[in-house]
Amino acid sequence: MSSKATNATVAAEASDASSDTAIEETVFRVFRSSDGGGEMVEYRVPAVPGMVVLDAMHWIQAHVDGDLAVRWNCKAAKCGSCSAEINGMPRLMCKTRLDAFEGQEIWVQPMRTFPLIKDLVTDVQWNYEVNREIPAFTPPSDAESPWIIHQEDVSRLYEFRKCIECFLCQDVCHVLRDKDQKSRYYGPRFMVREAYLSMHPMDTVDRTRGIKEDAGVSRCNITKCCTDVCPEHIHITDNAIIPLKERVVDEYYDPILWLKRKLSG
Amino acid sequence: MDIVSNAPRPDGPAPQVGDVEPYQTLDYDVLVIGAGGAGLRAAIEAASAGVRVAVVSKSLLGKAHTVMAEGGMAAALANVHPDDSWEVHYGDTMRGGQRINQYRMAELHAKEAPDRVYELERWGALFDRTPDGRIMQRAFGAHTYNRLCHVGDRTGLELIRTLQDRAVHAGIDFFMETTMTRLLKDGDRVAGAFGYRRADGSFMLFRSKAVVLASGGWGRIYRVTSNSWESTGDGVAMAFEAGAELMDAEFVQFHPTGMVWPPGVRGILVTEAVRGEGGYLYNSEHKRFMLEYDPKKKELSSRDVVARSIYKEVQAGRGSQHGGAYLDITHRGADYIKRKLPSMHEQFLTLADVDITKEPMEVAPTVHYAMGGVRVEPETEATTIPGLFAAGEVAAGLHGSNRLGGNSLTDLLVFGRRAGMAAAQFVQSHAESLRIDETDIALEQDLLLRPLRRGEGENPYAVHEALQNIMAEQVGIKRDEDGLRQGLSSIQELRVRSMNIGVRGDRIFNPGWHMARDDIFMLTVAEAITRAAIERRESRGAHWRIDFPEQDSELGRVNFVVRKRGDGMEVEPVPTPQPGVQLRELLNV
Repeated sequence: MSSKATNATVAAEASDASSDTAIEETVFRVFRSSDGGGEMVEYRVPAVPGMVVLDAMHWIQAHVDGDLAVRWNCKAAKCGSCSAEINGMPRLMCKTRLDAFEGQEIWVQPMRTFPLIKDLVTDVQWNYEVNREIPAFTPPSDAESPWIIHQEDVSRLYEFRKCIECFLCQDVCHVLRDKDQKSRYYGPRFMVREAYLSMHPMDTVDRTRGIKEDAGVSRCNITKCCTDVCPEHIHITDNAIIPLKERVVDEYYDPILWLKRKLSG
Repeated sequence: MDIVSNAPRPDGPAPQVGDVEPYQTLDYDVLVIGAGGAGLRAAIEAASAGVRVAVVSKSLLGKAHTVMAEGGMAAALANVHPDDSWEVHYGDTMRGGQRINQYRMAELHAKEAPDRVYELERWGALFDRTPDGRIMQRAFGAHTYNRLCHVGDRTGLELIRTLQDRAVHAGIDFFMETTMTRLLKDGDRVAGAFGYRRADGSFMLFRSKAVVLASGGWGRIYRVTSNSWESTGDGVAMAFEAGAELMDAEFVQFHPTGMVWPPGVRGILVTEAVRGEGGYLYNSEHKRFMLEYDPKKKELSSRDVVARSIYKEVQAGRGSQHGGAYLDITHRGADYIKRKLPSMHEQFLTLADVDITKEPMEVAPTVHYAMGGVRVEPETEATTIPGLFAAGEVAAGLHGSNRLGGNSLTDLLVFGRRAGMAAAQFVQSHAESLRIDETDIALEQDLLLRPLRRGEGENPYAVHEALQNIMAEQVGIKRDEDGLRQGLSSIQELRVRSMNIGVRGDRIFNPGWHMARDDIFMLTVAEAITRAAIERRESRGAHWRIDFPEQDSELGRVNFVVRKRGDGMEVEPVPTPQPGVQLRELLNV
């Protein structure tokens, strides 16, 4: 662990210049990568009311290390770009306030489930490849538009559409994180997508085989970690994954259906 | 009325052709720059015509600024109010823009928006419904009828996700986290674009027969803004450098309601849907001040009017605790608020410790949207450079001097589709191969690499902050000649400083290095805004001149065009095309 000698001075100058009242400093330890490795580097950041972790990363970029790599976009918890592990918990940096950690050091590390590019930025390309594997939404070709859909259907599906693709659920999923079974399980984000598609009243694709074989829904062992970290509070396990598992069980392990399939070839 | 500036050149000798560093070359028919609503819609349309399409985006797919649109998309479906029609929508858009919109764009937009909404639904998008199962529409500022199709307060997310999932199955190649920094030409024609991959800093050349700019706006030149980091005006600046004409640059929309407190969240958008769903604005004396400023439309007046009203209340000493106004929706009840405004509820609860079902929000104007941009031909979105098209916020014309809420999302779809179609047609009728001049590549590489070679120098973040201060103080919501001229000279001084930006580190995902180039884009845009703002000696829409507080009927018939001349920038008024009798009558309702 190293410390930037200049940091304290920079912070002190910043606080002198900005106001008469003493500004509290928050101590951060941020992962900085280097060839083949990396280390936690200490930064002291002057805190302002309501500050979030992403603000602190921006302060570090502007005042200490301009090359600190951080992926972000909207800073309003709507785009899902600034995912990181903050004091060990997968969270959005733009939605994590410093005052949630009063008196503690704040450790900021990249998501561990994906290959590192630099500092806090990981390569999440795999998720986009998975998305492409999922058959597109396909309404009946003869459906007369505009469609009549009822609010109950929209309200039911809306939860799945709240997903901002931050991939925190993918980061925390044991199947992906600890077992690295990315080739066998699409992960919670795409169970949410499969659930949306298979429950959409106008979709015509029979998705059950794909959900079982390609998406690997049975790999999930229902620890609900994904639900815990979802910044959109989607009940991923209860409302997406378990219904998909039930659908697979109904279709593949129901003895009557099994017999019917056998007989019809 | 021409003005020519003499922008300083970078120090040191011009690069030689032999100095070119390695770069990857890729060939496409159509290159789309930007993967927000307009870029994705353009790409889908071009690909459906059978041409080879690449999309480059600075961010990951699905993260573009479109995702932040909240309130809805305006289209005259007449599902909630049977009297709505494209004619009424057209009239609202033109009146909202104070009649210097390109009328043909407003007409096409109003006519085609309903088709684009239903198309989105057929591609899998969800919208809130009426009791009989049709698409629900909510009220919004200066729209005569309930017109905004929406899903809660996350309509932008729904739009971008639907297009994203459609586009990945359309045979399009995506280059995420890739920044284009220069358009390349063969003679007068566009021939591709050059830039770098953010992850490793490697250089990329896209050779393409047509280019669609869909790169969004430029809100980041202001400090208090609802815009994401991407909105640095790259597309506008690149088009300008390549010789395309810009138009209406002086019109910068201040959204009336951005968050005010705590300081860390200042500027984050509070959707107009809060007022659309019945929210009231109060001053510190608990007076609904909009009843005075616009007794007819009240809180749902156009954005320019509401933003100025809040500003005036604060200036008069009647501001809220932290210098804004109070926006109160509590009377609609907790259940309704959580259902119709879920992300607002969450946003205030987590970021500001405010429960909007129980207490008012504090809001103040925040820079939100650029009405101006690249000048385009209404039917095809062709710019003044052959082969170069522009759609969405990067283009000018539809919104005139003030955009109505909800018109942006349908703008993306209507004109994204048209640009994609026109680009594909252009490719099919211009088969000849194009030549790229290596000198242009050497020049761009030199511009990109100088800050790294310099190492120590001006801090790119400090230059950005200095520009934001200039724009806030001199080219903000309230303008006058002296301030604008001072702003212009400060921008030019800052441009000199920007020539000496130095950055540490290497080319691997180095935000300081990225910012160094973005600063140059933003300075160009800032200069264009300021020069056009000086010339428009009247108040119209979002452009508020305290030295010329009234509208000028002469200036109401012109748009200001900005173009490159030599190393400088010239501003010229061009006549605003006037609608024929039938369309004109729609404005007199």
